[in-house]
Amino acid sequence: MADEKIAVYFCDCGTNIAGKVDVDEVVKWAAEQPNVTVAREYKYMCSDPGQDLIKTDIKELGVTRVVVAACSPTMHEPTFRKAAADGGLNPFLLQMANVREHCSWVTEDPVEATEKAKRILSAQIHRLPFNEALQPIEVPVNPDVMVVGAGIAGIEAALKLADAGKKVFVVERDPSIGGHMAMFDKTFPTLDCSACILTPKMSALGKHPNITLMAYSEVTEVSGYVGNFKVKVRKKARYVDTDKCTGCAACTEACVVQKVKSEFDVGLGYRPAIYIPFPQAVPLKATIDPAKCLTLSKGKCAKQSCVSACGPGAIDFGQQDEQVELDVGAIIMATGFELFDCEREARYGYGRLANVITSLEFERLSNASGPTGGHIVMKNGEAPKSVAILHCVGSRDENYQEFCSRVCCMYSLKFAHLIKEHLPETEVYELYIDMRAYGKGYEEFYKRLMDEGVHFIRGRAAEVSDVALAPEEEGRLVVKAEDTLLGIMRRLPVDMVILSAGLSPRRDAKEVAQTFGFGCSANGFYLERHPKLEPASTMTDGVFLAGACQYPKDIPDAVAQAGAAAAGALTFVNNPTVKVEPTISYIDPEKCSGCHICVGLCPHAAIQFNAEKEVAEVIEAACKGCGVCVAACGSNVPQQRGYLDKQIFAEIEGALAL
Amino acid sequence: MSKPKLALYWAASCGGCEIAVLEIKEKILDVAAAFDIVFWPVALDFKYKDVETMADKSIDVCLFNGAIRNSENEYVAKLLRDKSKIMVAFGACATMGGIPGLANLSNREELFDLVYRDQPSLDNADGVRPQLKTEVAEGELGLPEIYDTVRTLDQTVDVDYYVPGCAPEAEQIWGVITAVIEALKTGVLPPKGAKLGVNPKTCCDECKKVKEEKKIKAFRRPWEFIPDPEKCLLEQGLICMGPATVAGCGARCTTANMPCRGCYGPPADVLDQGAKMLSTVASIIDAPTPEEIAEIAATVPDPVGTFYRFGLASSLLRRARI
Repeated sequence: MADEKIAVYFCDCGTNIAGKVDVDEVVKWAAEQPNVTVAREYKYMCSDPGQDLIKTDIKELGVTRVVVAACSPTMHEPTFRKAAADGGLNPFLLQMANVREHCSWVTEDPVEATEKAKRILSAQIHRLPFNEALQPIEVPVNPDVMVVGAGIAGIEAALKLADAGKKVFVVERDPSIGGHMAMFDKTFPTLDCSACILTPKMSALGKHPNITLMAYSEVTEVSGYVGNFKVKVRKKARYVDTDKCTGCAACTEACVVQKVKSEFDVGLGYRPAIYIPFPQAVPLKATIDPAKCLTLSKGKCAKQSCVSACGPGAIDFGQQDEQVELDVGAIIMATGFELFDCEREARYGYGRLANVITSLEFERLSNASGPTGGHIVMKNGEAPKSVAILHCVGSRDENYQEFCSRVCCMYSLKFAHLIKEHLPETEVYELYIDMRAYGKGYEEFYKRLMDEGVHFIRGRAAEVSDVALAPEEEGRLVVKAEDTLLGIMRRLPVDMVILSAGLSPRRDAKEVAQTFGFGCSANGFYLERHPKLEPASTMTDGVFLAGACQYPKDIPDAVAQAGAAAAGALTFVNNPTVKVEPTISYIDPEKCSGCHICVGLCPHAAIQFNAEKEVAEVIEAACKGCGVCVAACGSNVPQQRGYLDKQIFAEIEGALAL
Repeated sequence: MSKPKLALYWAASCGGCEIAVLEIKEKILDVAAAFDIVFWPVALDFKYKDVETMADKSIDVCLFNGAIRNSENEYVAKLLRDKSKIMVAFGACATMGGIPGLANLSNREELFDLVYRDQPSLDNADGVRPQLKTEVAEGELGLPEIYDTVRTLDQTVDVDYYVPGCAPEAEQIWGVITAVIEALKTGVLPPKGAKLGVNPKTCCDECKKVKEEKKIKAFRRPWEFIPDPEKCLLEQGLICMGPATVAGCGARCTTANMPCRGCYGPPADVLDQGAKMLSTVASIIDAPTPEEIAEIAATVPDPVGTFYRFGLASSLLRRARI
């Protein structure tokens, strides 16, 4: 160990590091440290000539350990480890010393920065003699893929993969696929009919020979490991034999319970207790709502008219939930968003004032297949003479969601256009903070709306009330707002208020993320591996993200990300094997007391208990090297390779040695 | 050949270790037969000056129990170290500071204030405190100086072996004694610094209770309920130090349905028993929010006294700041 030959490379990173740290001094100092054979400075270590320095020194000087003082290891550790391996050295005998993010970028004083760089380097020089050569672990990859959620993102990803010849399991929570997009009337800025562009894809998915669609189903458990996930899916009972059901809807007309608020129409319309959510549903199968069906909820439905109406005899009141186990190599999460709960924003009166509606409700209202047949009407059935559209409800608001939901400005413009189209005499007011029209054709759409006679008021609405202070306000809704361009307070008497609600993470996003072994961002959406370079990957290898579950996005962006996720999954499952980082935990059976503490804590289910030997064992392929077991064990038995106590203590000693 | 010479001493200790030696029962006669006991204040009438007159390294083995917390403890520790070939830290106090080590949460002044000023039962109107020297008619009397900090034996003198436990188990003591007899005969000694009278794993390994996954919603103390005798005590919310305590006692406490208190000290790979157990307990708190975690953590009674009941003086922090 004392005979190690350590090579130190100090990267200038242009002026990123050399602009603050006295590199010459640090390199001179490093050359005199114990075990250091050579210490060099180079302008860009990550360049080919920089990497060649490492390879050459390994070959010519017999270097046995390498430390590269440069940027964060998340940036270039793979680069340099590969260079070391190319030079003939085990890559795990190389350490990075982060003198950029941890030092030159965050230290004001050059003298202090130089001192700090030495300490950071010293920590690694002390650590390296304790490093061990590690071999990557290879495991086979299951070629099948699961897509969770079948809105537009999930549908797109599933179709891409299936067309590429992969077997795809699509798990959707609702009775039909389609997601939010199926509920929309038109799409901005092109005003394409949403259903017209979506339903062909839905039907393609339903018929695809490579796709197994599991609608009305939920993932309950994910275990296994990278490339080999075991997924438990609960297929909820529809109380309808889907093999027999032809989707003729005779049962829905026959059902005696007709007044159940329709989820698909966000409560504006009604459906029967046995229902098909919408005419283009895929799969086109009836589902019985067990809470509303008289037979299932009360045990008594005199007529059971659905049974007599069903020609093929598909009704099955005795049906039970079914557990299905899937083995897949990769998973795409496309679980979407939910609309911000407008009742939280009490000052706008949603839920209290009739004719204050949410954006999704307006989508249904303006939809030709919606509850009003596409007529934009108030609760009393009359057309509104004036409508106010309130932007940023729940978004860009420190009380609720700080982020911009990205789609609301554009759909609000679309609403204004649709109102003007349906009701040309109706006055439309858009109350906005900033108009964000950033996509292809969006600014042009905004401009078009300015010519359509819509009133744009720059200012967030303060309140919606029904208290009249003037004769023209009697019996109407009054929107109070500051018009910041005119610098005056305004009271707008209108007949209808549309709340352009933001997009929120799904209520259960955190639990779902936990089930799949990745995390959520501070704003509650699923956390991507890298915000710029890997927006469609998660921290869990083999699990990818598509659509609004990662962050609010419009349809083009959701579709684009779905493509990226599909490409990611395809690349992943196309390899017959996957290399697993060897910096994982191991448990010495001679030392383990079998107390069980680590077993339940492992977030990756990588520890199992060997009842015969009464010790815990690490499943190497499943271990992600998170270190939870290392911290939890009372006797320090699980040790993480590459992060052994002796290595960490040597680092601490090195950092404090100066 | 003369018999090997044995010394036993108690420094800052409760006397339990002395009793523990006698707990080997009639085998004490074997000890007396095998060794020439040259110093054992609790049982035999020797004086310090007897030891002072001995030649250096003339004692073969010294079993030293108790922590070092005053000048007398320190003096005798150094004296016996000079006179002994093998110095054994015997029991939790000599090894880790033990219960007296908890005094490191305080200092001498605070202790004296409590004992000689603030005790409600005290009758000390003159505020008399212990003096190092006191003049009386017969001459000058002296008292040892109490230190601010309690130390372990190996923080005071060089120690060859450790026999942990509060007190060490009789079987283990007998095992150590026979091993020493054997080693002295053959001249083959265990590696210096070895813990003797322990087993390789942890207390959990010797504990027969059924262990499952541990998820703690609230911590409880033994008087609050009668634990299920079949189930792991930690799972029942009792802070049982078993996971962070080296085996050797035969899980005597948990067998009696009382949580392990950690007297045998940490297993070989653990640097700081209290910190390690804290890390373990933190890992098994079952709560989704930081607020709930804080609520559950607040139910840990006397955290230092629980996690460092025996090990404060030998921990990384050693004592509270003075």
